[in-house]
Amino acid sequence: MTQMEVTTPTTPTALGRPIRRKEDARLLHGQTNWTDNIQLPGTLHMAILRSPMAHARITKLDVSAALKMPNVVAAFGAAELGDLNGSVPCVWPVTDDIVMPGFPALAIDKVRHVGDCVAVVLATDAVHAADALEAIEVDYEPLPAVVNMESAIVDGSTIVHDDKGTNTCYVYNLGGGYDEVAAKADVIVKRRFINQRLIPAFMEPRAVVAAPMGMSDEITIWTSTQIPHILRVLLALVTGIPENNLRVVAPDVGGGFGGKLQCYREEILVTQLARKLGRPVKWTETRSEDMVATHHGRDQIQDIEIASTSDGKMLGLKVTLLANMGAYLQIITPGVPLLGMFMYPAIYKMDAYDFTCTGVFTNTTPTDAYRGAGRPEATYAIERIVDELAAELGMEPMELRKKNWITHEEFPFTTVAGLTYDTGNYEAATARAMELFDYDGLRAEQALRRASGDPVQLGIGISTFTEMCGLAPSRTLGALKYVAGGWEHCTVRLLPTGKVEVVTGTSPHGQGHETAWSQIASSVLGVPVEDIEVIHSDTGRSPYGMDTYGSRSLAVGGQAIKKAADRLVEKAKVIAAHQLECSPDDIEFVEGVFRVKGDPEKVQPLGAVAFEAFTAHNLPPGVEPTLSAEATVDPEDFSYPHGTHLAAMEVDTETGKVTLRKYVCVDDVGVQVNPMIVEGQVHGGLAQGIAQAMFEGAQYDEDGNLQTASLADYLIPSAMDLPSFITDTTCTPSTTHPLGTKGVGEAGAIASTPAIINGVVDALRPLGVTDITMPAAPMTVWRAIQAAKAGGAA
Amino acid sequence: MHISVTVDGMAYQADVEPRTLLVHWLREGIGKVGTVVGCDTSNCGSCTVLLDGRSVKSCSVLAVQADGSTVTTIQGISDGNEWHPVQTAFKECHGLQCGYCTPGMVMSTVDLLSENPNPTEAEIREGLEGNLCRCTGYHNIVKSVAYAADLMGGSAK
Repeated sequence: MTQMEVTTPTTPTALGRPIRRKEDARLLHGQTNWTDNIQLPGTLHMAILRSPMAHARITKLDVSAALKMPNVVAAFGAAELGDLNGSVPCVWPVTDDIVMPGFPALAIDKVRHVGDCVAVVLATDAVHAADALEAIEVDYEPLPAVVNMESAIVDGSTIVHDDKGTNTCYVYNLGGGYDEVAAKADVIVKRRFINQRLIPAFMEPRAVVAAPMGMSDEITIWTSTQIPHILRVLLALVTGIPENNLRVVAPDVGGGFGGKLQCYREEILVTQLARKLGRPVKWTETRSEDMVATHHGRDQIQDIEIASTSDGKMLGLKVTLLANMGAYLQIITPGVPLLGMFMYPAIYKMDAYDFTCTGVFTNTTPTDAYRGAGRPEATYAIERIVDELAAELGMEPMELRKKNWITHEEFPFTTVAGLTYDTGNYEAATARAMELFDYDGLRAEQALRRASGDPVQLGIGISTFTEMCGLAPSRTLGALKYVAGGWEHCTVRLLPTGKVEVVTGTSPHGQGHETAWSQIASSVLGVPVEDIEVIHSDTGRSPYGMDTYGSRSLAVGGQAIKKAADRLVEKAKVIAAHQLECSPDDIEFVEGVFRVKGDPEKVQPLGAVAFEAFTAHNLPPGVEPTLSAEATVDPEDFSYPHGTHLAAMEVDTETGKVTLRKYVCVDDVGVQVNPMIVEGQVHGGLAQGIAQAMFEGAQYDEDGNLQTASLADYLIPSAMDLPSFITDTTCTPSTTHPLGTKGVGEAGAIASTPAIINGVVDALRPLGVTDITMPAAPMTVWRAIQAAKAGGAA
Repeated sequence: MHISVTVDGMAYQADVEPRTLLVHWLREGIGKVGTVVGCDTSNCGSCTVLLDGRSVKSCSVLAVQADGSTVTTIQGISDGNEWHPVQTAFKECHGLQCGYCTPGMVMSTVDLLSENPNPTEAEIREGLEGNLCRCTGYHNIVKSVAYAADLMGGSAK
């Protein structure tokens, strides 16, 4: 026995255990390193003058008076900024003829949405920077604002980018053959769904600090981003600063949900001004700025048509979308609807699928990824129309689903949209969910309430969802004209003392990667979870990565950890064999210890091998000192989690008040690394998806003013607004991901929205209601009931 | 204006502008950056601290209003080695994800349990209504509060 052996691994099977999070100690003691906590000597604080108008010509802009204000050091409009005024990049030109307007960080001549950046002031403190904004002289010549998508694409509409001559950004088509199957169909159901605009509203407002470092030409940028690696590349391209001189760090980040998957104009401005002024520059947004300047999500008008036989066999689906781009294109604005494009047919077998999406410019805050990015919109549309088809056919909605879904024997299954789902078991998840929900009991109660004319009606909402996540196979992204790949990197380093560093390219902002990645490495290396340090979110310390979004971190990044750790063990085995004087083929690696097969006395723990690799006194020929390994993994395919979600909705038919009484979901996310974290991800996703259905919606007036521009007006649910959830999981391991894992970050948000609205509509269907426009606020629901009673459309 | 405030057991003397909010003085005046700002309309509760033992949103209090008072922040409820039961409960029940709302949630919970050591689920939800979380859906926060009540000798109903 050597001294190194006293370290007993926590468990050889750290995988799959609900280990409490490493992150929590600092988060629970106020020791977190938020970007806004960074205060460097000599920092200049930037404040931004934003447009109060949705569409206007800037006829005068004079920042000179601001320069005379206390503590002010500099002020810039677009003219003063000149060549440093970079353009916000879009990396997903989805079609060859897409209209790509420029997006200057500071508006040039025109503003195009409320919140557009007009000028900046830099002062030695944030308060005086904000005060000085009032001294800036700016005159606007108001222009008509175009807010409504359908109006925007009518001839004669005001044009958001007049040099482009159109508000149509692109038209994208996929599939075909719907008209032929529709001609043979017994039943066709058409609906228009409004998938309303949402605001990410992560709790930590965005903040950026950029500082030129004295010892070299390096500029370090700390920013509350999900994508430090991608941002570094984009900032290099936008600013012209050599990429090797840029270091981007995402310190502790307080939520993102897609909203921090961006190269923001403020990040460009802070970087450029730190470079120009040679001093640290800092900007922290107010929540009011966040609401108008952080990108928004969703905002689609969905015309959906489904064709079926009279006995409920689905034949085809036709999807026609208007997708609101907002005023400009940001990082993947045009691509978001295409992330949903493949998912409209969902779990159902059918013969034809037609998809058309028209991207539309309006004088509103730009849209981009928000939790689920395209797939919630698709799932909402298909799960809603399936319920409407069931009603039309007089079928029980779950029975209609069962008749059409891919059965578990049919995997792998290639859908009409062209994706090949590797695994799934919709029957198992549904059976478990119905049992937990007491589906039959609630249906019986519903019948009683209907029969008795109870003013509070009960509805049962179903969502049998699947999604594609784990972004993504690089070749697929390339085929869709996305300008980057979808791989992920990991380096595993064994330090001389036996401790481990896992260097990942993922960039967590609440997901617990430090804990879960340690569990993966522990399961391979046999090193205790607490002896593993996960290094992330800093291009100086983890140089390669594609960051965190699209439920990709475990599905892709997890593979890289496993592969790198396996490689490290292979190298260590050669050294151990040399030390144990046998062939590597005669050695097995069990629970962190190399053992000679058949000779229990001859062992060498991994830690001892690490020290040997460090001293390099006696390494086998051809083996280099140090013990580390790396892997870059490009996923074979997307990951396809699925599940069955059931909501019991009580609707007061006299007041329109909607109450979520019970929510059950059974998700199949494959193999779980940390079930506690998985469950937490599901809970949070549910809350956001339920919030879209019941509470949230960004509202503009006809002049393009955001009416929901604070947390007082935009209704993020509180603890009072939600129930506890009943969650469970089934497991069909993914066959395309070596750990058997699937993504889970967006599942709850994707699945829950249609479950809620299906439940509300189900409660009210006997009254003639066939749709509820989200969010299902009391006034909206009450009006739908009154309209149905009056015999009009709901 | 001159103020004297005891924060997390340490006495501070400071001159502040009358318009300075307590949260800004805590963060920028004395470096108590564990307390954070999440909004500008007093909705989110991220900045919750105890002022003379009762929870307040420190964005809704002027620094000068805290003159002569005792303030306890997330950085003052335990010494880092010994965890406060509410901190322990939040970790044990996974009552936090990104952790940005957490300082406020923990401080509101400390106040809630001091007032009602045996809260029902409904009382917990009502008691935390002024603290917004975007990550957890509140499910595990509610569990955390109930577990903290157990740890502190009460028992959540």
